[in-house]
Amino acid sequence: MKLELRGITKRFGAVTANEDIDLVIEPGEIHALLGENGAGKSTLMNVLYGLYTADEGHIEIDGVRQNFSGPGDAMAAGIGMVHQHFMLIPVFTVAENVALGHEPTKALGVIDIAEAKKQVLEISERFGFNIDPDALIEDLPVGAQQRVEIIKALSRDARILVLDEPTAVLTPQETDELMEIMRQLAKSGTSIVFITHKLREVKAVADRITVIRLGKVVGSAKPDAATSELASLMVGREVMLTVNKKPAAMGDVVLEVEHITVLDDRSQKAVNEVSFEVRGGEILALAGVQGNGQTELAEFLLGLRKPMGSKAKVNLNGKEITNKSVREVLESGVGFIPEDRQSDGLVSEFTIAENLMLNSSYKSRFTKGLNINFAARKLIAKELVEQFDVRTPSSETVANKLSGGNQQKVVVARELSREVSLLIASQPTRGVDVGSIEFIHEQIIAERDAGKAVILISSELDEVLALADRIAVMYRGKIVGIVEPNTSREDLGKLMAGVTA
Amino acid sequence: MTTSKETEVKVGYKSPIVMGSIGLLTLVFLGLLGRDGMVAFEISRRNDSLQLPTLDIDSSLLGVLAGLAMFALAGFSLSKAIKNLKTPIWVSIVFGAIGITALLGWLAAEKSVPIAFITGTALVLAVPIILGAMAGIMSERVGITNIAIEGQLLTGAFMAAVVSSITDNFLFGVIAAMVTSALVSMILAVFSIKFLAQQIIVGVVLNVLVIGVTNFLYQQWLTEDAENVNFPGTMDIIKIPVLSDIPILGHVFFENRITVFLAILIVPTIWFILFKTRLGLRARAVGEHPLAADTVGINVGRTRFWWVTIGGSIAGLGGAALTIGNAGAFGREMSGGFGFIALAVVILGRWNPIYASLAALLFGFSIILRVWANQVSPGIPTDFITMVPYVVTIIAVVGFVGKSRPPKALAVPYVKG
Repeated sequence: MKLELRGITKRFGAVTANEDIDLVIEPGEIHALLGENGAGKSTLMNVLYGLYTADEGHIEIDGVRQNFSGPGDAMAAGIGMVHQHFMLIPVFTVAENVALGHEPTKALGVIDIAEAKKQVLEISERFGFNIDPDALIEDLPVGAQQRVEIIKALSRDARILVLDEPTAVLTPQETDELMEIMRQLAKSGTSIVFITHKLREVKAVADRITVIRLGKVVGSAKPDAATSELASLMVGREVMLTVNKKPAAMGDVVLEVEHITVLDDRSQKAVNEVSFEVRGGEILALAGVQGNGQTELAEFLLGLRKPMGSKAKVNLNGKEITNKSVREVLESGVGFIPEDRQSDGLVSEFTIAENLMLNSSYKSRFTKGLNINFAARKLIAKELVEQFDVRTPSSETVANKLSGGNQQKVVVARELSREVSLLIASQPTRGVDVGSIEFIHEQIIAERDAGKAVILISSELDEVLALADRIAVMYRGKIVGIVEPNTSREDLGKLMAGVTA
Repeated sequence: MTTSKETEVKVGYKSPIVMGSIGLLTLVFLGLLGRDGMVAFEISRRNDSLQLPTLDIDSSLLGVLAGLAMFALAGFSLSKAIKNLKTPIWVSIVFGAIGITALLGWLAAEKSVPIAFITGTALVLAVPIILGAMAGIMSERVGITNIAIEGQLLTGAFMAAVVSSITDNFLFGVIAAMVTSALVSMILAVFSIKFLAQQIIVGVVLNVLVIGVTNFLYQQWLTEDAENVNFPGTMDIIKIPVLSDIPILGHVFFENRITVFLAILIVPTIWFILFKTRLGLRARAVGEHPLAADTVGINVGRTRFWWVTIGGSIAGLGGAALTIGNAGAFGREMSGGFGFIALAVVILGRWNPIYASLAALLFGFSIILRVWANQVSPGIPTDFITMVPYVVTIIAVVGFVGKSRPPKALAVPYVKG
């Protein structure tokens, strides 16, 4: 099946997310759609899938013009999609999720659950997925959930499969497995659109590459193109693919963490008996696939979650902060960049200046008695905006008008403009453009070189390898190993999957 | 790699502690400090063809036995908790039944307990709550918060009384009640789905609106011309042959007005549709994750609209049960908070039609208990007796039901790109 997108344009208000995009997917090819976060890849695919209606342009399948008014139409035409955020219902079983929307039924509309299970097993066995059709989605690891999504698409006879950032949540091993599955599917005639911003994966699996930047197609390439060439095509200028950093000058122990067990929101042990220490002047990376307790550990360190058991102990610069309140922790010298800037890092309706004073709204240079010192705030905000290269019309701009990268710079500016001895940076570059990534990485390294202790929590292996002085890998709430940064990807991948030597 | 995630849920000792303390209260106050005198549990009614002997027991002895039995159950629950296992639901149900029996025996010392009368009336009183709760479940399962159950019940009650009076035909009355309540629901549906209005506000406004309109019409019209427009009488009681002769159950379930029969049919039907059919799977999908439902071609808006609307018609039937199914004429604000009790029942029943109906029966029981307790032992303050079932409910919610999980997309409007 040949898929053609012709002159697709999609606008959201004044913002043009896609502009005059042409794309041709040949039968049985793996076509990578490469672009930065926010380049417009997902919007384009949502247009293809009928979730959005294009303002201009049209879609052709085998030369026939299509008119999708909803995902139902796209599916009927043979397009299947595995979304970045899985479209699975957590409280349903695998079979129910796969069947949803085209349920096999008996009399009276009663679901034929046996038939639904058979369908799952059939596809699961054909590709060696090893999925139990009776399992509840919420009990499955993300890798398995993703395979359920693929089964879902295949059970609808999808001949074109769109995978939207499929590797973001996978371990390196699971990523390799996924690539193998993609090759297998392509061989059996399914066309695959692989959306990603990871160059390494594109080069490993794609037959053809189309690069998108700022909503436009900026070029296409073969997978044997040089990495640097692809990167500069994607970003629009030369990029440094490596981070320059001096060897670490280790200082005294800043943070000591012993016997920490933390429960998550479902009262299950998210962090299980974790102990480690961080020295001044080093970056300790907490690597691991998302959802293995990193989030809860970070929230615990900040004082948002209480530890279980009496053995738990946290010392910062020799002083115990185990059961201190968040404010006390912050005042004792901890800076925190939360993983989700939209919900935890910023008040998106507040201006940049207001956001910059969030962690020092009392007794500080921002205040005058019980009032805000507006003149001083304006001055400080202006300085910080310049110093941290926040691209904005003014410091009075509302935070949600900024791009992801600039929002993140505001968070970083707020946390680093205070005197801290420990910086906890959780997914500091998630959803951030390459330019901002470089800048934020420089800032983190500058903190390290100034003798601060840094904990970097990241599920991006590239980032971990580029920045870390030591790497602690978390798996199911435990630190399964602390290794040197020159450890191979393969060995790290094994650790991330819980395999210890 | 399809292994489940490690789950380490702490069960805790809430259930055994609550059960133990209630058992102690029962043992002391209904048993040791209880009232003397025999109490007779009447299984058959006086005019039944088949007469079974009454069960006679000393009131305080019953209290002691009940207290001990409750201790045994609490001990069982404790043994489960030690092994980090949840207390099975049947233990809670048996526990509750024993407690209620002890309470009845205590109230009726030296007198008798007409089981069939109490349970039968409890069911009749529970029907509006049950049907209101069904409306709530149907709407909340697809993700629309329905605060307007009260208004829907009141609409149904009003229309059933008036239309039945005018046409002299109960069928028209019931149909009018269902259609009008469905229209009220449609307002909620349209505002929530199309205009993305805050659902709680729309619900509250609808309640106030319906109360205002019915009060106005009652005052200006029904009281002026009561004989013609508010004198419907009640529907006939239908006795199903043979089945209605079964002791207790026969009277409770098979000798009723059509509204009760319909309720008994509707509850399992909704359960079946919700959990066994394609329609139900899609509805639940819409309530849990509308975007996921949309991506497999399910029309979220349409699904929500019809479930809310049809739910409304069922609440209308519940309203009809208040007037022509029980009291006869319409009275000012006669739904008297049943709609809000139904709302609580939805949550107590964890959005499950069967559990919600059981919870509704508990409320029906508490209403009849007050009336009956006043007759059988006038010395005890009725307000105190009325309190008991609600206290039990609160304890049940805290202790036994545990954390209930509402549909994930409840009250979240679905906006398509």
